[in-house]
Amino acid sequence: MRPLTDEETKTFFEKLSHYIGENIKLLIDRPDGIYCFRYHKDRVYYCKETLMKFASNFGRDHLISFGTNFGKFTKTGKFRLHVTALDFLAPYAKFKVWLKSTAEQTFLYGHHVMKSGLGRITENTEQYQGVVVYSMSDVPLGFGVAAKSTAQCRTSDPMNIVIFHQADIGQYIREEDTLI
Amino acid sequence: MGRKLNVGKKAVEVGFNPDTKSKRVRASSRKNKRQQEPVLPKFLAGDEAETKKLSSHQKKRKKLALLKEAEKKAQKLAKQSNKKAKLVERQNQNKVNGRAKSKSKAEAEEEINGSASESDESFVEDDVNFKDDNADWLTPKKTGVQLHGSEDDEEMSEDEEMSGDEEGDDVSDAESEEEDEANLLPIERKAKKLRQKEVVDKQLAQEELDMNIKQTEVYKLPSGQDISRDSNLAPDLELLKQRIRDIMQVLGDFSSRRDSGTSRQSYVSQLRTDLCTYYGYNEFLMEKLMEIFPQDIIEFLEANEIDRPVTIRTNTLKTRRRDLAQALINRGMNLDPIGKWSKVGLVVYDTQVPIGATPEYLGGHYMIQGGSSFLPVMALAPQQHEKNLDMAAAPGGKTSYMAALMQNTGTIVANDKNKARLKAVIGNLHRMGITNSVITNSDGKDIIKYANNFDRVLLDAPCSGTGVISKDQSVKANKDEVDIAKCSQLQRQLLLTAIDCCDAKSSSGGYIVYSTCSILVIDYVLKKRAVKLVSTGLDFGKEGFSQYKYHRFHPSLKHTRRFYPHTHNLDGFFVAKLKKLANMEGAADERVTDEPMAAEPMETVDSEPVTETTKATTKAARKSKPSKSSPKKKQWNRLKKIEKMGRQKKLQSQETSGSTGNTSRKRKHLK
Repeated sequence: MRPLTDEETKTFFEKLSHYIGENIKLLIDRPDGIYCFRYHKDRVYYCKETLMKFASNFGRDHLISFGTNFGKFTKTGKFRLHVTALDFLAPYAKFKVWLKSTAEQTFLYGHHVMKSGLGRITENTEQYQGVVVYSMSDVPLGFGVAAKSTAQCRTSDPMNIVIFHQADIGQYIREEDTLI
Repeated sequence: MGRKLNVGKKAVEVGFNPDTKSKRVRASSRKNKRQQEPVLPKFLAGDEAETKKLSSHQKKRKKLALLKEAEKKAQKLAKQSNKKAKLVERQNQNKVNGRAKSKSKAEAEEEINGSASESDESFVEDDVNFKDDNADWLTPKKTGVQLHGSEDDEEMSEDEEMSGDEEGDDVSDAESEEEDEANLLPIERKAKKLRQKEVVDKQLAQEELDMNIKQTEVYKLPSGQDISRDSNLAPDLELLKQRIRDIMQVLGDFSSRRDSGTSRQSYVSQLRTDLCTYYGYNEFLMEKLMEIFPQDIIEFLEANEIDRPVTIRTNTLKTRRRDLAQALINRGMNLDPIGKWSKVGLVVYDTQVPIGATPEYLGGHYMIQGGSSFLPVMALAPQQHEKNLDMAAAPGGKTSYMAALMQNTGTIVANDKNKARLKAVIGNLHRMGITNSVITNSDGKDIIKYANNFDRVLLDAPCSGTGVISKDQSVKANKDEVDIAKCSQLQRQLLLTAIDCCDAKSSSGGYIVYSTCSILVIDYVLKKRAVKLVSTGLDFGKEGFSQYKYHRFHPSLKHTRRFYPHTHNLDGFFVAKLKKLANMEGAADERVTDEPMAAEPMETVDSEPVTETTKATTKAARKSKPSKSSPKKKQWNRLKKIEKMGRQKKLQSQETSGSTGNTSRKRKHLK
């Protein structure tokens, strides 16, 4: 376990800001204590400082996870967000998409979102902007990337993809083994 | 009497074709429903014969009377024969061939004729009696009815009486019998005699039956030859079940139902082998189970054949039970609260969607979790801002419940020895939105190297699995004494480690909850540590054993709780809550001089293979204990409290400032 290097921090925050923008600082400056990001076995974990200190007691081999896993660095040095980060992306997300209940299931099975399944979308969403996907009852379902801007969505064909799938909570079951 | 019938009748018959007879019967039943009198059921016809005999006998005696009424009779006959003739004519018109059936038809015909003839006779009798003996009680109106009504009715009523006798009419009859004797018709007298006879017969039959029952109650065990012969064949389950039932009955009241010369042991051993075959357990396990459930072994085994209901636990970090229930009902689930004892549990009766794949499940709103695994956490009652340990966490159900109770504050260490199973823990804890957990993979016994001074420790020990037989049937066959012993050994070590990890000086805690899904003996003497059993806070469940066979355990074992599949419809479960009293090693009674508490003798958690020495210590402990213990305990606790007051206050002030901010933040998270 170690703090992120400058380069890692840059990559990581860049990725994160894609979804929550400047709200990143809300993740770090929290009123209920000091929170931090830590690097452990290619993964980035987010937790309270006290928890982190306690977790550092355990040996590298024995420590599996602590706090919340945000994602992992690939071998090529890119950062990939995991669905486990959804709990922290959802409240701060700047751009959101709501799915019709009929499209929920297909999204949870790992498919992209069609125009026909789109319930609502935040105004002024740019193309290729990271968005958090909600169900109509405001349960966060995952996140992805807008394939079309809001304006384009209006005019597009019902079978056109509007959101590229990146992560969804169905992965808790489908990819439990590779989650971390 | 039917044979002696009237000529008129015969004359009518002569006109019949055998072919048309069949039609006639049918016609009489269909078309002329109001004239149904002539068609009599066979059994009635049989009765007739009897009554006819009687009446013939009577005839002799009352010839005179008969003669007197000859005229009336003749008139009646004429009327009836007219009716019949009409009937016949009508039927003759319907020409149908039914030769095959002609025989039966002929019989029917006979009956009809018989009834007709009988009617004649009975009319005679009736009339006679009305005029002579029964004039006083038979009203004229009634006689009229009888005259018009066919003898069929009369016979029916008589027949009813006959059958009614068997049930209980005879009692009332017997009372009035003597009084009425004089007034009765001869037929009735005969009937009464018959009734009496029947009653006697019935009594005799009942006695015989009773005797038979008594004889079968002494159940004889099959001989050795029978058994050896049977063992080659596939077991006949029906037979086995019957035998099990029989033996259980014998054992239920052994002294009176036993087969003299057969010992109780041979009954029991036969029962054991039968149960093993029937339910598919091995001998060792069955023996142990039978020792634990001497009375309700069958219920226990049956309960193991049935699946427990699916239960889910609401994740209070993300939703409320009412909201969750509403959402799930909308998805087509049929559910109910689990019971009064839990505010977060729901029982799912049936569902149209997979429980483990609804968006609510994936969103971490609930966890599929056996009702029994709520209990240890409820007993542990983790508080906010504590540092707690779950020593055997996988798959994370209890850990997430602990975190929910702690409202994501403090620290939870979720440890498991099996790395593969930890993946489920990771998935579940993240899904449930738990942020205060540290997931580690180490042997439970080593965990003290990395961390100690936990406030509360939950040890859900790896076990023999005898409590969850309904989930995994293989337990039945593949657990033997060695497995159980290994299990016990491991559990003992883990429990000792758990106690060592716990901090006795903790302000809020110092508790260890030890639970396991085994119902077999698992809890061991903890004479090496200063702990005592405290109430689990669960107000249901069975108390733990304070005695088992020849073992006598510490009386405080009554604080532990046992849950059985057949009585509580939960998985078999054992929960014990321990309070750590001091951080030093060694049993409490060894430190008598050190601390006042030490007067409270060592507490034992235990069941089975207790060594002689431990037995001795527990006995000694019991002797010394009763009166002193409780006041001393309190005193010591008070001292402890005062000692920590200062530290606690500091802690609290810190925590409150932290916690308020935390909750507000959390709400924001959850929107």
